[in-house]
Amino acid sequence: MSAVPISLTRRRPVGERIIERLLFLAAAVGVVTTLGIIAVLAFETIEFFLAVSPIDFFTGTHWSALIKPQSWGVLALVSGTLLVALIALVIAIPLGLLAAVLLAEYASPRVRTVVKPILETIAGVPTIVLGFFGLNFIAPHVLRPLLGPDNIGTFSALAGGIVVGILITPLIASISEDSMRAVPRGLREGAFAMGATKFEVVRKVVFPAAVSGIMASIILAMSRAIGETMAVVLVVGTKPQLTFDPTESIQTMTAFIVQISIGETAQGSIEYKSLFAVGSTLFLMTFVLNLLSGWVVRRFRTAY
Amino acid sequence: MTLDMPDAPPAVPAESADGQAPAIRITALAREPRPDALGAEPVIELRDVSCYYGSFRAVRNVDISVARQRITALIGPSGCGKSTLLRTMNRMNDLVPSYRTEGRVLFDGQDLFAPGVDPVAVRRRVGMVFQKPNPFPKSVYDNVAFGPRINGYKGNMDELVERSLRRAALWDDVKDKLKQSGMALSGGQQQRLCIARTIAIEPEVILMDEPCSALDPRSTLQIEELMAELKRDYTIIIVTHNMQQAARASDTTIFMTMGDDRAGYVVETGETIQIFTNPKHRLTEDYVSGRFG
Amino acid sequence: MAALAPASRTDSRFEPALMRRKVTGTLFYGACVAAIALLLLTLIVLLVDVFVRAAPWLDLQFLTSPPSSRPARAGILPAIVGTLEIGIIVGVVTFPIGVAAAIYLVEYASDSWINRLLQTNISNLAGVPSIIYGILGLAVFVRALAMGPTILAAALTLSLLILPVVIIASVEALKAVPHAQREGAYALGASRWQMVSRSVLPAAAPGIMTGVILAMARAIGEAAPLILIGAFTFVTFLPNPISGQYTVLPIQIYGWANRPQDDFQGISAAAIVVILALMLILNALALIVRARLSRHIQW
Repeated sequence: MSAVPISLTRRRPVGERIIERLLFLAAAVGVVTTLGIIAVLAFETIEFFLAVSPIDFFTGTHWSALIKPQSWGVLALVSGTLLVALIALVIAIPLGLLAAVLLAEYASPRVRTVVKPILETIAGVPTIVLGFFGLNFIAPHVLRPLLGPDNIGTFSALAGGIVVGILITPLIASISEDSMRAVPRGLREGAFAMGATKFEVVRKVVFPAAVSGIMASIILAMSRAIGETMAVVLVVGTKPQLTFDPTESIQTMTAFIVQISIGETAQGSIEYKSLFAVGSTLFLMTFVLNLLSGWVVRRFRTAY
Repeated sequence: MTLDMPDAPPAVPAESADGQAPAIRITALAREPRPDALGAEPVIELRDVSCYYGSFRAVRNVDISVARQRITALIGPSGCGKSTLLRTMNRMNDLVPSYRTEGRVLFDGQDLFAPGVDPVAVRRRVGMVFQKPNPFPKSVYDNVAFGPRINGYKGNMDELVERSLRRAALWDDVKDKLKQSGMALSGGQQQRLCIARTIAIEPEVILMDEPCSALDPRSTLQIEELMAELKRDYTIIIVTHNMQQAARASDTTIFMTMGDDRAGYVVETGETIQIFTNPKHRLTEDYVSGRFG
Repeated sequence: MAALAPASRTDSRFEPALMRRKVTGTLFYGACVAAIALLLLTLIVLLVDVFVRAAPWLDLQFLTSPPSSRPARAGILPAIVGTLEIGIIVGVVTFPIGVAAAIYLVEYASDSWINRLLQTNISNLAGVPSIIYGILGLAVFVRALAMGPTILAAALTLSLLILPVVIIASVEALKAVPHAQREGAYALGASRWQMVSRSVLPAAAPGIMTGVILAMARAIGEAAPLILIGAFTFVTFLPNPISGQYTVLPIQIYGWANRPQDDFQGISAAAIVVILALMLILNALALIVRARLSRHIQW
């Protein structure tokens, strides 16, 4: 045989390699963002801790940044944040999971075309709108008549929790629905073939098989609830305190950051730096929850 | 192979399965045992059954009787509606939204599609094993105990699990790993686990939808031996693509094919040995000799 | 309900209690329907409440005037303009970067540790609270790069915020392109970039464009980071993108909602109607773009 006349060993053209580099750079923007967030938070947080003992910060339960004498016990803000997040989860877990089951197991395609947009619309409403709704409707027209005007004020953790609960319900519903849909049809058929009712199939086969995704959705929703700002800032008040009473006015970490940003706070002042310390705390909490949700998915995933 | 239909059946009250519900009247045929063409008592009879998905007719005008405690094979080319027909016998196709059955499917003389008949109750009595082994992502023990638990089994669960696994010829393989996931077993073991799971609720009929198509030859042979063992207590109906399997494992064979309208119909029913050695119909002969399909 | 005669087997110890199980199942189904009904009711009440409050204030004067300390004369023109400017800049910035990053991750990245890091990083970024991006923008764009509290700084901050959303949507769209499309291009002697740019990208375009438009909607509804980037609620002139004060709709809503007087709640509601209308327009746009771009795509 004679030699092949066409070279099969051509080098990749330069243009191709430049394109690949550029694409890589675009993908790396995310890493730069992450590093930027960490660097910015760390820098000012360290500055803050040069002035305030980290031990006092993380163990103190009294927070007063704008009124002297100042006090930097972040637990007052953390507890307010967690209180709101827990109330939100108490509302969103049942609502979100029931909606997910309806969509994944019961709904005909026609029902889906009605139900899906409801969830997507709620998910797409700007969160400030939900905050407005909490302030002007839920607090005065739902909670006050329900609990009595003497028992709950204009601002409360409960109103914040309800608003955030509405907000995170679509998140739980959509991730849980996906994970229920990923359960193979064969498993459902196997259970039906043994005389299981639809509910038994859902509860004893689909739900356990989808549990990793369901747990992950709940953790992500918790992370979202902790980091939510505009929906709570109008509703919960501005009173940082360690309390488990949902009818009390509280302040979340995010609401504090808003408060300090709106006020006339000089750059370099301790109040300004406290914004970063609270930001770091918030970032760490959500970061750990996000990692945890990923770990739960990997650890408890059912391989079919 | 079809029987003469008796006159209009009298309505008889049926007892409710759980003893709580008020008795609902359903129609049932007179319960005198009527021998089918092969001389055995029928447990499942299909009377002029047609199956529809929406407006598409997948199976038309089927009249067959399935004899008790025998193995009946349903053979025929792909897409001829074998699985659809099998799935009408425990109302599995009710799960398909557009599906509809015409005609009557009689189980012990009662019409499974009569008003008031609950598919959930039907499926407990007519079990099913699927093409792809589908153990639940639970332990071996919980897989077998699943059916008995939901169906309110009152006896000793450990005994029932062991008995079911023994009858499915799986006990020796798994007796030391009852707590392990059923999905960790080999394909053949998984399928035997699914059979164990099915017989744990003591059905009368076991439907098998190509149970060996995902298995290697050795596992296939084990399942066939198991079927021969199980027919002492159960009636087995198996859909298979594998003609050797039908010839080896079944007593009766039903041959289906597809008409020009793409609807499946039954061409011929008979003793397996007769179908494979002396088919009456030309289409059957072409199929079993490998010239078609 | 159940109408099958008892099993013929004599020793059956099964008590299926079908009636009770059916009732449980029905109750559960009822709970599912009730959950959806409650969500629907909430949504309806929210919309009705907002519209009823907004109705007296919504008129042409409201849309075309600057804010005022007297609610009757207040308007949201600067906020609308600010929102549109930010929306456009965010789209222009995130579209190329987001799509390029997605192309790299789907079409180029090998399974190395660095690519896995890129991927994990993006999903983690999507979970970072928006207000943290505000802190980043404040420190980097406003102060370190000395842009000051401007539209530009705000838009770049929001771009970083929604970039992960754009990337994830684009990755999904690219992954949905069947493998045969790629092999078909390769079989014709295409290089990798030719394959991507002429075969995969057009096929993924409907999904990508929808993702970008919805991400823009997300960006213009976002207020938390902008509070740190110095958005004001009282801006009486039309904002210049690179200098001077600015405001946007969600910030305007927040500012008015923060005031106790009913009239301010009313104009806040009116501004909500405007932003919801804007969201609706963007969603409709996404649907139209998807329909137009996918005319020739069928698999």
